[in-house]
Parts: sequence; structure tokens; C-alpha cells
Amino acid sequence: MRLSELKIGGAADVVTVHGTGAVSKRLMEMGIVPGVKLRVVKAAPFGDPIEIRLRGYSLAVRKTEAEAIEVAE
Amino acid sequence: MRDALPNEGSSGSLMIALAGNPNAGKTTLFNALTGLSQKVANYPGVTVERKEGSWAVGGRSARLIDLPGLYSLDATSIDEHIASDVLRGEVEGLSKPDAVIAVVDATNLERNLYLVTQLFEYGVPVVIALTMIDVFERQEHEIDIKRLSAAIGVPVVAVNAAGGRGTDELADEIASALDVPPEPRFHLNGVGSAGDNAKIFARYKFISNAVQESVRHNDLEAHNFSERIDRVLTHRFFGLLILVGVLLVVFQTIFSWAALPMDLLEQGFGAIGDGVRASLPEGILADLLVDGIIAGVGGVLVFLPQILLLFLFISILEDTGYMARAAFLMDKLMSRVGLHGKAFLPLMSSFACAIPGIMATRTIENQRDRFATIMIAPFMSCSARLPVYTLMIAAFFAGQTVFGFVSLGAVLMLAMYGLGIVAALVVAFLLKRTVLRSPPPPFIMELPPYRIPNVRTVLQNMLTRAWLFVKRAGTVILAISIVLWALMYFPRSEPASATPALTQSEAAADERTGESGDAAVEIPLPESDQLQHSYAGRLGHAIEPVIQPLGFDWKIGVALIASFAAREVLVSTLSIIYNVGKDQTEESPSLISAIRQAKNEHGETVWTPLTALTLMVFFVLAMQCMSTVAIVRRETNSWKWTLFMVAYMTGLAYLAAFATYQGGRLLGFS
Repeated sequence: MRLSELKIGGAADVVTVHGTGAVSKRLMEMGIVPGVKLRVVKAAPFGDPIEIRLRGYSLAVRKTEAEAIEVAE
Repeated sequence: MRDALPNEGSSGSLMIALAGNPNAGKTTLFNALTGLSQKVANYPGVTVERKEGSWAVGGRSARLIDLPGLYSLDATSIDEHIASDVLRGEVEGLSKPDAVIAVVDATNLERNLYLVTQLFEYGVPVVIALTMIDVFERQEHEIDIKRLSAAIGVPVVAVNAAGGRGTDELADEIASALDVPPEPRFHLNGVGSAGDNAKIFARYKFISNAVQESVRHNDLEAHNFSERIDRVLTHRFFGLLILVGVLLVVFQTIFSWAALPMDLLEQGFGAIGDGVRASLPEGILADLLVDGIIAGVGGVLVFLPQILLLFLFISILEDTGYMARAAFLMDKLMSRVGLHGKAFLPLMSSFACAIPGIMATRTIENQRDRFATIMIAPFMSCSARLPVYTLMIAAFFAGQTVFGFVSLGAVLMLAMYGLGIVAALVVAFLLKRTVLRSPPPPFIMELPPYRIPNVRTVLQNMLTRAWLFVKRAGTVILAISIVLWALMYFPRSEPASATPALTQSEAAADERTGESGDAAVEIPLPESDQLQHSYAGRLGHAIEPVIQPLGFDWKIGVALIASFAAREVLVSTLSIIYNVGKDQTEESPSLISAIRQAKNEHGETVWTPLTALTLMVFFVLAMQCMSTVAIVRRETNSWKWTLFMVAYMTGLAYLAAFATYQGGRLLGFS
């Protein structure tokens, strides 16, 4: 499943980051690489962006970016 | 013009670069190491700030270069590109660094170490400065620094910049790393051919192993203080309310705290002007100095207290970590018009003054998004428009109410703010779909942990930015002040037209009591007479056909021309032109009555409530601020964009004023 489908509060392991552009590269550089555990903390007031927590820090991404991240619960 | 730093002799002194992630405590460490020896400029051709200072390492003096905060060195943003150029020694005036201090946040070790593994590729000795160790230990995690250092292969020094802990040790480690370069244990040998992703995975794998060997994490989430604060501050509903509240408090504080220093500055410049006038013989030199330079520059510097306070609050909001939350909360709304969440704060700042707002757009990484934000920032009704709104409302709408209890003045004021916001959103929408078209910007933003801001970092940030404003805007403002002064000063009118002193003061007295009925027979004060016959006066006459459809006569035209220097100049120019003396304020009764009673050559009343409304609409939208023009030129590094902004804003202002006046007349208002 994609990170965008994960419920708030849900935790999962990263399987892969789709895409080849600068965005997917930046996501990986921020530490979203296969095997990393992450958790969706909350969504912003209008449902987007979302806050995720990984490697001991918090990162905000839009749903469109979250769609590129394949995760497994 | 380039803000290049002087190229100091590189033979004797060492060159050391300071690199690290944003929010890792890099600035605080830089301040602690360099003290007051800092210089700030821009890298050639771009608006990336270049900070350097001097620091003593093992008895030698070193140039310490503070690189921009970075997550990676892969050259996708301007900041990364510049940092990578500095590390390779390819920036004009900077030699290749002899060593790099990598600032690493202990509470966010893995992601911070990613940059360090990239630094190894530049063949420069690296020493890690580990910050936030006190926070880390308070969270009851344990770290074995010796093991970490052994696992990575470079020295690791725990520093506490605020308390000065570890800075001597850091200097020692740098000195010995210069003698015997440390051998990092991470190599990309053979991985490079497998592509970028494989490199990223290899780096994180190395990091995970090093961290596993040296750190024992407590249960991370149970101690996450920031997450608990965020339950309130980024709450779906309360989060937005709190954001509005924070902004209200900030603006209220800026307006109330800045009032006194602004008065003092105004009086100070007045006193300097008087002093200069008294000590110089009467004539063109004294007039140029006092009315041109001192009044012009003083008129802009008067806003310095507001700008300083705004920078102070921006620094505090940034340093505590709240700024990122504001962007998180507002991103959805901003993205509707194609802007980034980070554009929200610069735009809010522009309600006080567009200058700090435009300078704050530097946090927006994508250049097209940043330019779109700069182009619309001046639509936010800044504090310089307030005197204009106040004068118009006091003259034509005072004491009237809507629905019997709401003051019409307040409604109009709110409407002017609203008009600016709507114009900004529409223009942003259009720009992002045409000339500044770009795919929706990615939003990948760290929400840094909340921290108590470091007083010194906050103050230093505030002063650095304010000084940049004075320096950057200063030269342009000086030049334009002189040009405007000359337009109003030349050609000199005949001395014969000067009337006897007694009659003058009588005329002025009449005017002040508002009893002088017919403007045609009134004897003008010499300064008003001069203005009418000056080039500015002639320009006013020349543009009269253009502004007539807006209901403006040539006198308003002169005031409009003068107010292109700064909006609030309208008030003093109208005072001169209506012959009430230039020291009137926007609430002065004589100016108000002079405006109400002004007649044109045909004896018709010039000002009606509709004219006043039209003028207000014009002032909401027109680009009338030379300081903003100067800053936009500096920040975009482009005259094309600067002139485009002046042209489109003023064109839009004209059309909107035209629609207001003609539409109003069609509806039967006069």
C-alpha cells in the first residue's frame, strides 16, 4: 500500500520510493529508504499535508508526495 | 553591484567551512566561535547569504565560512549548489577549505549524518561537532561518543555552543586533523556505478550500523515533548485559531512598540535638518541637504523600528520551530493558488512592511515560487498606507455608520485590506499558470523540535537583516530622494512672486481656520507656489488627462508622483500643495478642511467621497515605495522582474481606480 493510504496513527515499514525525479530522491535523502519504520502522526487542518515520524524526527509531506512511498504494515 | 567580501590573503590563514542540516544548531555554534568578527554578504550573483568570521585554531587564525543549512550536497537547490562549490574551492575569493566542521544534531543523528557521509567525498578533513547533547541526554538516551567516532572514522566533539563547552576541544581536533587527516570508514567504492539510489541506501546503511554500535535509545516516542505541544499547536481547529492569535499579538506589538521610537526618529531627523539649515548659508546646498537627503532618507529610516521588530519576531518564530508549523497549517490553502506553505509568513509580514516580507521569502527553495511570492507581497496593506487611508477616512467618512452601529471608516479600512489580499491571490494564481508556471512545488519539510530560542542568535539574526536592509535600500533611496527633490525644487520660481510676509501668514491663518472660501484668490505660501511651477508641478499638469478619468486633478497628480517615493509622502505633499504648511499630519484639521474645500480652475469641488475612495483603491494596488523596488531588485537580481512588478501593479491600480470612479458615477455617487 501507499503511505497516503495509511491511517493517522498507523505505523509501517518503507518498501520502496517510486519515481526517479528530484522529489523521490529528496524523500530518500531525508531517510525514507527501504526497511525504515515510519508512523503517520497527523494531518494538517485541511487534510493535507501530513506529518510523519521516522528516524526520531518529524517530516511533513503532501499527499501527492506520500503517494510515491510504498509501505507495508 | 556585487557584495563580494574582500579577498584576504589566503597564504597565511586557514580556511574552514561549517556545514550542517538546518536546525542543527549551526548558527549558534558559528556565533560562539566567531563572536563579533562576522561579515555577511551574498555569494556572487545569487541571494544566498554568505557568512564568515575569524576563529583561532592552534595559534593560527582561520576564516570560518558558514555554509547554508543543507540536507544534502547533491546540488538540487541553489544552496546545495553553492555549498558544493565552496567545498570544491570553486567560489570566487574563497580557497578550497582546509577542513570542514560538520554540525550534527545528536537528537536527529541518522539524518544529520547523511550529509556527513557526502562531505567525505570532497577529500577535506572532517571533524564532527555534536550539538544538542544535553537535550539528548535529558531524553534519557545514551551515546558513546568514542565508539561513534571509531565507527565513522573521524573525530567527534560534543559541543554546547551557548555554554561554550567543547569549543577548545573542537579547535584542538581541527588542528590535529590538519596534521594527520582522519580516515573516514565510509567509501562509495563500487557503489557509484549502481546509480543514485544505491548510493543513498549505502550511506544510510553505514549510518544505521554506526548508530547501532554507539547509541542506546530510550523508548523514543514516550519522551517526544514536541509532539505533545503539537497536539495543541497544529490541532485541526485550535491550531488555526492559535496561528491567527499569534499573528494578532505580533502585529499589535509591532505597532504599539514601534510608535515611540518612530516618533523619536522623526523628531531626530527634523532636528538634524534644522541644525544643518541653521549652520549653512541659505541656498541650494542647504535645501538639497535638508529637504532632499535628510528628509528623504529620514522618511524611510523612520520605518526601521517596525522592520527591526518584525525581524525580531520572525527570528523568534523561526528559532522556536513555530514557523515550520505555520507553513504546515497553511500549505493547503496556499497551494490552491499555486504557492508553497512557506509563502504564508512572508506575506503576513508584509502587512507591517513588504521589505522584511520579501527578504523572508529566502526560505522558499523553488525560485519560481519565491518570485511569485515576491511579486504579490506588496499588495498586503503595509503600515505606510495607513496614513493615507486615515486621512481619506477622516476627511470624508468620519462619524458615519453602517447598520447604525458599525463605523464606516472601519468597514472601509477592512475592505482595503481585503482588496489587497484578493488582488494578491488572483495575481499569484495567474502568475503560477503563465510566466511562473512550474509543477506544484513538492512539500517535504522538516518539523523541527520546539526549542527555546538562543537570545544571541535571535538578536544577531535581527541586526544582520536590518543592516542588510539599510545597506541595500540605502543607496537607491538616496538617489531617488535627490531626484524627487530636484523635480520639486527646479526650476526656481521668480522671487517677485513671493508675497510680503504679513499677507502670507494671514492667508495661512485663514486657511487653517477653514474660513477662506475661494481658493482662486488665496495667496499661496512660497513653498506651494514653488511646487506648482516646478517640474513636478508640470508633470502633474502633464498627467492630468490620464488621471482625470479617475477624478483626480493635477494637484492630486503632483501628490501621486511624489508618493511614488513612499506612500505616506502623499500627506505632506498634499499639505504643501493645499498651502497649509508641510508639517501637517493625517489627522490635522486644517489639512482635512483644505482637502474638503479644494476647488479646480472652474470652481468645482475636487474631492468627493468617491474621489477619496478611488484614491484609496489606487493606493492599495499601486507600487509606490522606492525601498521595496530597491529590495525586489536585490532579491530577484533582475531589473526585468522589478520593472514588471512596478508596471503591472501600477497598471492594475489604474484600472481598479478607473472602475471605482466611473462605476461609482454610473451608480449615481458623486
